[in-house]
Amino acid sequence: MIVAKRKPLAEIAANLQKVNKLLIVGCNTCVAVCLAGGEKEVAVLASALRLALRQTNPTIQITQRCVERQCEEEFNEVLTEDVAACDVVLSMACGVGVQTMAEQFPDKIVYPALNTSFMGRPLERGVWSERCAGCGNCVLDKFGGVCPIARCSKNLLNGPCGGSANGKCEVDPENIDCAWQLIYDRLKRIGQLDRLLEIEPPKDWSTSRHGGPRKIVREDMVL
Amino acid sequence: MKSGSKLERILASGHFAVTAELGPPKGPNLEVVERKMQLLTGVCDAINVTDNQTAIVRLSSVATCAILAQRGLEPVMQMTCRDRNRLAIQADVFGAVALGVRNLLCLTGDHQCFGNHPTAKNVYDLDSIQLIRMIARMRDEGRTEGGEEVDGAVPLFIGGAANPFGDPFEMRVIRLAKKVAAGVDFIQTQCIFDMARFKEWMKRVVDQGLHEKVYILAGIMPLKSAGAARYINSNVAGIYVPEPLVKRMAAAGRGKAAQAEGMKLAAETIQEVREIEGVRGVHIMAVEWEEAIRPIVEMAGLLPRPVVE
Repeated sequence: MIVAKRKPLAEIAANLQKVNKLLIVGCNTCVAVCLAGGEKEVAVLASALRLALRQTNPTIQITQRCVERQCEEEFNEVLTEDVAACDVVLSMACGVGVQTMAEQFPDKIVYPALNTSFMGRPLERGVWSERCAGCGNCVLDKFGGVCPIARCSKNLLNGPCGGSANGKCEVDPENIDCAWQLIYDRLKRIGQLDRLLEIEPPKDWSTSRHGGPRKIVREDMVL
Repeated sequence: MKSGSKLERILASGHFAVTAELGPPKGPNLEVVERKMQLLTGVCDAINVTDNQTAIVRLSSVATCAILAQRGLEPVMQMTCRDRNRLAIQADVFGAVALGVRNLLCLTGDHQCFGNHPTAKNVYDLDSIQLIRMIARMRDEGRTEGGEEVDGAVPLFIGGAANPFGDPFEMRVIRLAKKVAAGVDFIQTQCIFDMARFKEWMKRVVDQGLHEKVYILAGIMPLKSAGAARYINSNVAGIYVPEPLVKRMAAAGRGKAAQAEGMKLAAETIQEVREIEGVRGVHIMAVEWEEAIRPIVEMAGLLPRPVVE
């Protein structure tokens, strides 16, 4: 899923000093699961903003809404009246949701309340970790199901750098596992250590963001 | 001969090679380069010029190497994958060759979080093994990574790094084997303090016959003090100074006395690695302490340096 984190309150409030009517819109999908932008977080942010703005913008009116999937226009249609009535939309969705709102309501100011961080999964309560970089050409078959592009700090494809120690990455030994230690352990476990001897050629990055913004068209599904 | 570089000729003729490292200044101050060149002249066979080492911006490796080459010194240009994509690397390699560089050390490069621009975007379009293979193809097949013909020869002696002290240990010989398969000619290892582990790694290297396919230069770093050793242990992943060495440095005291002990220890390390099968030379990394190199090489009995045809 998409994992996000709320922006610092001061940064959000800085954009709202002259706003009379604010609409905060949460999203009940990924960002609700990672406790960043669901219904509860919308309520918490609304209260926090009232407090933060009580000196500089005490008359601000805040409306709270939450939709199922902010990244799809049909789920946002219920917001039409609320959007029309507000000056600014503060989206608590991921960057996709924020842009969907901006595209769907082109005359309205839309601000993000979250920092969209990565595609990952929960490891334990309150902890999420990156797993996929969306490179557009999955290589997990070669690396025992551990992605060196998303999980090695240098996205190395031919083994660990010299900074792997005790299973940890030198970039942040407290928080980052060395992806190549994980790859090595996993390939050993599934009897595929011979894969480590193959030289992985330079990656074709054209399927990733480096090839420009991406779009998928399924001719069989297009109406 | 693959490149005809002086370093290749030294190694091919069976001499125990000595290379040393020159860190360029944090700006275009040629006086620093001049001073370091003087310190290294006549004490080593080739001089590695670092490439924004530890991700700190410095006078470029290409430019510094060109200056060395103009003075008749033998540069080993270090090239990392951190700051350049495959286009920039190839262009800079062409430039370096055109300016007289004949040795290239292919590195992945320290992560930018350790340097003075931690908010920078890194590149890592290639890794060091892919870089080695790209350069070997440019030299041996006259082709760029993209497959086009290279206009002119690329006579480079291709180097790589190896860290016998990183984890997983089993991967360390595999990595070396991959570098050999990719076309590496010589290896400069990470600084050796943990001699037992280095010997174990070399034993595995020799068991696989890799020492006959690649020249291995053992990495030597003189310690300035016990504090420097402790700093390495707590801040540099993948290098470890065993406690007895830290104690030996501490017992030597401070300042000049500690420095003298550090140089002595480095010379002893050189003598010890020289006895290990498969070690064909040493690479001395005296970070911002190039003054130490001459006395170390002298104490190790490796002066004068040989002259090759």
